[in-house]
Amino acid sequence: MRLEYFELVDKIEELNLAEGRILALGNVPAASPVFEGHFPGHPLVPGVLFVEFMAQTSGWLLLGRLNFERMAFLASVKEAKMRNFVQPNTPLLAEARIEHEGSGYGITNCKVTKHDGTPVADATITLRIMPFPSSEFSDAMRARARKVGFTIPA
Amino acid sequence: MASTFDTVANIIAETCDIPREQITPESHAIDDLGIDSLDFLDIAFAIDKAFGIKLPLEQWTAEVNEGKATTEQYFVLKNLAERIDGLVAAKGA
Repeated sequence: MRLEYFELVDKIEELNLAEGRILALGNVPAASPVFEGHFPGHPLVPGVLFVEFMAQTSGWLLLGRLNFERMAFLASVKEAKMRNFVQPNTPLLAEARIEHEGSGYGITNCKVTKHDGTPVADATITLRIMPFPSSEFSDAMRARARKVGFTIPA
Repeated sequence: MASTFDTVANIIAETCDIPREQITPESHAIDDLGIDSLDFLDIAFAIDKAFGIKLPLEQWTAEVNEGKATTEQYFVLKNLAERIDGLVAAKGA
């Protein structure tokens, strides 16, 4: 994870596009400016970053199902619960499953856990599906996808 | 058994916290009830689930943007209910 850059998914561990399921790894770094403020002397990952981790994981799943032809943007977060604290230098797993794919939007059920299965956070995420606003953005997403281990269709 | 309109009206009332008595077949979801596109996603999800269909929101939006249809054709609730009935019938055909 590069918290300051909002790059929260390090690697896609499992992906089943047909079943609509993804498992992504994000390693919370040992140090980050985020921890200087949250909190001084007691560093904890902000809960909002768990939400973002779930949203990005869901986004990769939808992008895959869309064959990278359109982009998924976070639209709403429901029933978000932060269940445990997370300190620096902790690997996290985010799992997302498709709940519903509508016309122009997708809904996923997501959870974040530690490697030992300890629950960290969960939520239902709605993503709005829209055309890429530019080819540069599309190219950047494809490049990022390759970095996290996504096999891009030709 | 509730009519399609009643089901849709109940979904809107619950999703958007609008008093049920304010929602009539003549209500325009956007102009009269003030439902925005984000809230309409929640309504669409609930309608999709309730009727086992997929509201073609993207197609409708494109038709309105291209001037091929008016918002009244899709978002006045009696018309929306009629479209839902059509989608349900097409699914069963």
